[in-house]
Amino acid sequence: MPPETAAKTVAPEAAQRVLTGRRFMLGDHACAEGALAAGLDFFAGYPITPSTEVAEHLASRLPAVGGRFVQMEDELGSIAAIIGASAAGARSFTATSGPGFSLMMENIGLAAMMEIPCVIVNVQRASPSTGLPTMVGQSDILQARWGSHGDYGIVAYCPSSPQECFDQTIDAFNTADRYRIPVFILMDEVVGHMAERVEIPAANEIPHVPRKRPRTKPEEGIFLSYAPDEDLVPPIAHAGEGYKVHMTGLTHDERGYPELTPETHDKLVNRLVDKVRLNALDIVDFDEQHVDDAECVVIAYGCTARSASAAVDQARAEGLRCGLLRPKTIWPFPEERVRRLLEIGKIKRFIVPEINLGQLRREVERLTQLPTIGLNHAGGAMPTPNAILEIIRS
Amino acid sequence: MPKAMNDSIEIRLGGVGGQGIALAGTLLGNAAALYDDKEAVFTQTYGPEARGGASRADIIISDNPIAYPFVTRPHVVAVLFQEAYEKFGQELAPGGLLIVENDLVNARTDDADVVRLPAVKIAEELGNKLAANIVVLGYLIGATNAVSLHAMEEAIRATVNARHLDLDMQALNAGFTLAVEAGND
Amino acid sequence: MSTPQQDDFAVVHPFDHLMRADRLPHILCGGCGIGTVIHGYVRAVSESGVDPDRHVCVSGIGCSGRAAGYVNVDSYHSTHGRALPFALGIAVHNPELKVTVISGDGDLMAIGGNHFIHAARRNVNLNVICINNFNYGMTGGQVGPTTPIGAKGTTAPQGSIEHPFNLPYLAKACGASLVARWTILHVRQFTDAVLRSMDKDGFCFTEVLSPCPTSFGRRNKLGEGLDEVEMYRERCHIENGAQNLEELDIDIVDHEQPITVGNFVDIERSAFHA
Repeated sequence: MPPETAAKTVAPEAAQRVLTGRRFMLGDHACAEGALAAGLDFFAGYPITPSTEVAEHLASRLPAVGGRFVQMEDELGSIAAIIGASAAGARSFTATSGPGFSLMMENIGLAAMMEIPCVIVNVQRASPSTGLPTMVGQSDILQARWGSHGDYGIVAYCPSSPQECFDQTIDAFNTADRYRIPVFILMDEVVGHMAERVEIPAANEIPHVPRKRPRTKPEEGIFLSYAPDEDLVPPIAHAGEGYKVHMTGLTHDERGYPELTPETHDKLVNRLVDKVRLNALDIVDFDEQHVDDAECVVIAYGCTARSASAAVDQARAEGLRCGLLRPKTIWPFPEERVRRLLEIGKIKRFIVPEINLGQLRREVERLTQLPTIGLNHAGGAMPTPNAILEIIRS
Repeated sequence: MPKAMNDSIEIRLGGVGGQGIALAGTLLGNAAALYDDKEAVFTQTYGPEARGGASRADIIISDNPIAYPFVTRPHVVAVLFQEAYEKFGQELAPGGLLIVENDLVNARTDDADVVRLPAVKIAEELGNKLAANIVVLGYLIGATNAVSLHAMEEAIRATVNARHLDLDMQALNAGFTLAVEAGND
Repeated sequence: MSTPQQDDFAVVHPFDHLMRADRLPHILCGGCGIGTVIHGYVRAVSESGVDPDRHVCVSGIGCSGRAAGYVNVDSYHSTHGRALPFALGIAVHNPELKVTVISGDGDLMAIGGNHFIHAARRNVNLNVICINNFNYGMTGGQVGPTTPIGAKGTTAPQGSIEHPFNLPYLAKACGASLVARWTILHVRQFTDAVLRSMDKDGFCFTEVLSPCPTSFGRRNKLGEGLDEVEMYRERCHIENGAQNLEELDIDIVDHEQPITVGNFVDIERSAFHA
């Protein structure tokens, strides 16, 4: 937009990329601010409840700090555009909800296969199909992990507050760039539409993990876009830098050229999965309350974790040995931590409250082989602390 | 009367589109979370629920972190619209404070403790009836200490358009003074 | 005196540096026109006066979609139908780059049709070459959005019963800044159209009719690739600036109908720059 228009329509402080200070803001807006603070260059999106506030906020904020905002014709276009922009070096981002997330699935696989970093926030609503567009859901947990065809690795964050929407959006950009993967922020309508205090640090305190870049100049010989280092992540060259990269969704060799053999395919796909799996300890993030001597551990995420936290505190006050494990990365799931807790040997059962019919409960059962009780609702309402407390007491 | 609550207070503001209900709620949240160093959560009606009919803005203010973000049994209900009164009035916690806009809401006589606040009239006298929401806010914080007057002034200064600042400050103080006077009776 | 080496005698093609020779042999069939389009593109890159490092080629899926795999510029072989939004991301993020999309009629106009109309409407600064061979060639000759009524495909064994798109008319209606239609016979002309597109800020669209003898020609009695090109020679007439785009449907199986080609639209319309 021309500078004179910008001066008229945008408040002076809006030209700041990092709104350092204390703000009282919606989760959706905090997510958008996190993206800006992380150095967002390019946003492409299609309006969809309850994520629209992310796009609206960026429509006014992003151009004012030199980034580009495009409202696309659909989510198929949004995801393709952010992958393209990222291939040209942009930190790129889109925001959506269930139906749009479903539409993005094919190209999420492309981003995984081409190893082009990108960040997608899904503000979950009650699903399937159109469901309850304005009401809360947490039912895209498994889709986030397995939604595109084939095997690949991704990371999914799961914020419980506007502050975490801000913080984890920054983490999401860093993780996407660090591992050359698509990264999700699985918000939910409650967290997206509630306002709370958000502390935004000084710009120089925002963590920044850059992409690994080529260590040779283009004229020094052919650059291999898919030759991994020991951490299984290859450096990336961007469009326009002279490396003459070729990237394809077809099975490819280290140069990026199609090599349509079972051997190449098996090697490539295993690396795509392993670069997240084997780096999981560096990626995984969680929070916990009173787990060390707990006989009953509640595992909860997103808005549901808020009720779980109150329920666990109350149960403790009643003398019940109970704790809370709150995965902040739902994928990879804090598997190692759960194993450690099991080794302590005190846990007798798990409780997994979630706004779906047992998506994470399945994972907890699989990992722990212990009695795992779900508190499930298909969507539209979040469980109250009392509802969780009653299961803890039982 | 839930004056000077320590711990936690739940507030529900009800009205109709254009009355500045969401703004009033946001101001309470800003005042509490940014200028009073308290915890605050704000939620509001959203989507089809918010179109036409009564809209609401909910705020929880607490000295401690707030886990469950929704208002369930408000200690304070303030309404500027009849339908909002019908819908939210009965949700008030026992012993809670009910504030109704005197000209816009016809409160039942059995609501003995109801505060009938002529917010629109006061705002009109100050120059613009659209400041009625701020008059209500002033009364609400004067009666409950949910946030300090200073914090609310700061929140207004940081949030509202400079053109309306004087009017809003006067509206806030008018409401606040009325509540303090009522409390002294 | 040293012994002469093989390289001393090698003839260097003037466009060698713009082709990924290490990707040869290519997968295209004998008589296919896609190679000719690739040739036109690299010639345009070469003549554009813009460093090849600043050129980017994006394609979708299908035979035409493989074009990106053979040209030696930064190149991206995206998913079916999504070449345009992928290219939009590159072009909007880095307006210094000359981004060309090369893809087929099925990719750009069926599965990617929504992106096509909106990219043209926005007037995104993209140079789009649609290789129209009237069918889905790679998957064995199914009918598509440009298959003429009556033409046969594996999914219309009795002949297509659908009206096809008239691509220049569609592109113009959607707001493209430049619209041209040529065939692979008109190498110089379509290369010039592509070259002009690279120089123009906005959405530029060139349709290039191209034989697919293996999947379409055989089934529709168009003969070998060269026979179809000969047919272009007989039936095409050039009408630059033609105003009646709505009348320029192609009926490739009706041998009486003329095929109108030319540079149809070249207008100034503000381009999309976010």
